[in-house]
Amino acid sequence: MIQFQVSPHVVWSLGGLYAILVVAFAWVVMLRWRAPEKDRTELVQRIRSWWLIVSIFTLVIIMSRNVSVAFFAFVSFLALKEYLSIVPTRRADRRVLFWAYLSIPVQYYWVAQAWYGMFIIFIPVYVFLLLPMRMVIVGETKEFLRAAGTLHWGIMTMVFGISHIAYLLVLPEANNPSAGAAGLVLFLVFLTEFNDVAQYLWGKMLGRKKIIPKVSPNKTWEGFLGAMVTTTLLSVLLAEWLTPMTWMVAIAAGLLISNAGFIGDVTISALKRDIGLKDSGNMLPGHGGILDRIDSLTYTAPLFFHFTYYLYY
Amino acid sequence: MNPLLRFLFYAVFIRLIVLIVLGLNVRHRERLPKAGPAIIVANHNSHLDTMVLMSLFPLSLLPKLHPVAAVDYFLTSRLFSWFAMEVVGILPIKRTVSRGDDNPLAPCNQALSDGRLLIVFPEGSRGEPEQMQSFKGGIARLAESNPAVPVIPVFLHGLGKALPKGETILVPFFCDVFVGEPLPWTGDRRSYMRQLDERMRQLAAEGNFPAWE
Repeated sequence: MIQFQVSPHVVWSLGGLYAILVVAFAWVVMLRWRAPEKDRTELVQRIRSWWLIVSIFTLVIIMSRNVSVAFFAFVSFLALKEYLSIVPTRRADRRVLFWAYLSIPVQYYWVAQAWYGMFIIFIPVYVFLLLPMRMVIVGETKEFLRAAGTLHWGIMTMVFGISHIAYLLVLPEANNPSAGAAGLVLFLVFLTEFNDVAQYLWGKMLGRKKIIPKVSPNKTWEGFLGAMVTTTLLSVLLAEWLTPMTWMVAIAAGLLISNAGFIGDVTISALKRDIGLKDSGNMLPGHGGILDRIDSLTYTAPLFFHFTYYLYY
Repeated sequence: MNPLLRFLFYAVFIRLIVLIVLGLNVRHRERLPKAGPAIIVANHNSHLDTMVLMSLFPLSLLPKLHPVAAVDYFLTSRLFSWFAMEVVGILPIKRTVSRGDDNPLAPCNQALSDGRLLIVFPEGSRGEPEQMQSFKGGIARLAESNPAVPVIPVFLHGLGKALPKGETILVPFFCDVFVGEPLPWTGDRRSYMRQLDERMRQLAAEGNFPAWE
């Protein structure tokens, strides 16, 4: 099941991830030593959850292709379930939601088959047309439009969007000689999450001017721009190892991931604010639910995928 | 009870469904009792309620943990009652009492004095999905006869969507579990019921759930 021909670049990058975690851990230990009375439960939980996420992610990256694809299907399942549990749904649509869940195995089957044409239209065309039809069969017209819209938005972001990460895994290895398919996934996921953390850290250090206070009061221009610079720098450094990109293309990719990640983050924040929630769940202690962690990926995954796909595949 | 079948049923099958297919958001887990005797009181919307509550406890407590269930529903057909008794491990009680019967709660009192943990649904039936009905008075009688046993109210949300009464297809939804502080015996049944009702309402208000209609 384990794929032993993982490129050394991927292995070294994963090693770098663990090095960052060790530094974060040492930093918390130092903070505790300097001011032991302060409550840092959330920070400690957050870093502990990061260890778990990185460990699972490492396994996924080194496992065989189909296992990795199945893993991302599971992430879609968790995300869609969290979404459908927090948004208002109609009692009449219970069975429709069951059909919506069935779109996950089907969509990831197209991914595993590397059937690009079907992968790219199945949800935007077929599922989009099928689910409202199923709702009409139920026959409840009250709030029909809201229910259909809510459901489709959820499937597009949580299933279609996330499945783009998995599709990176099945792209031909030859087009990315330095690190193969796993290199692109690592590049995308690492930079997206790094950008989130960088926004938080820059915002903590320098944050003054709020960028979008009505949606997300903690986001600042300083955090946003600081993260954009660091993420883009890191993108240039990593691109040579993990991707087929030149440094100029890597700058564009870094800017794309940083900006798209921010938009994904605040989009999910707007959703949570609409419903009146702070966190979407408590599956990942210190982070919240799974949507709180993959919010940025719902935007970066499809955009980075098409950026790379257009240029190199 | 068949200890091996029961263990496999709860440790493997039910945990898989409860933790993977459904998923739990538990608040105040630390308020759950670590040992018996105890009474867990919850609202009831689905057969999954029992399964979720059973999964909240460590497997080491499983042999002492029993859902209290109605004889007239669970002990009808032979196969179903075998399953309810041997695998689920219910403590059967009579919902309707005719003149001359013994105290219907006697089996519960006995189980509690043996140090067991009982799961009780005082609404009496699952009712309409995601709507709480008023609690029946039996729980106050149980608390009155066992004033030293902690009664822990638990509010469940989401399972009435996942598998409501009358449905056979399970649709995955996260389940919210809010565990309350133990409610001590107040001295009389009426004030006890009022307080229990109030506790459940407070727990329900901790969530901000859109109506399910």
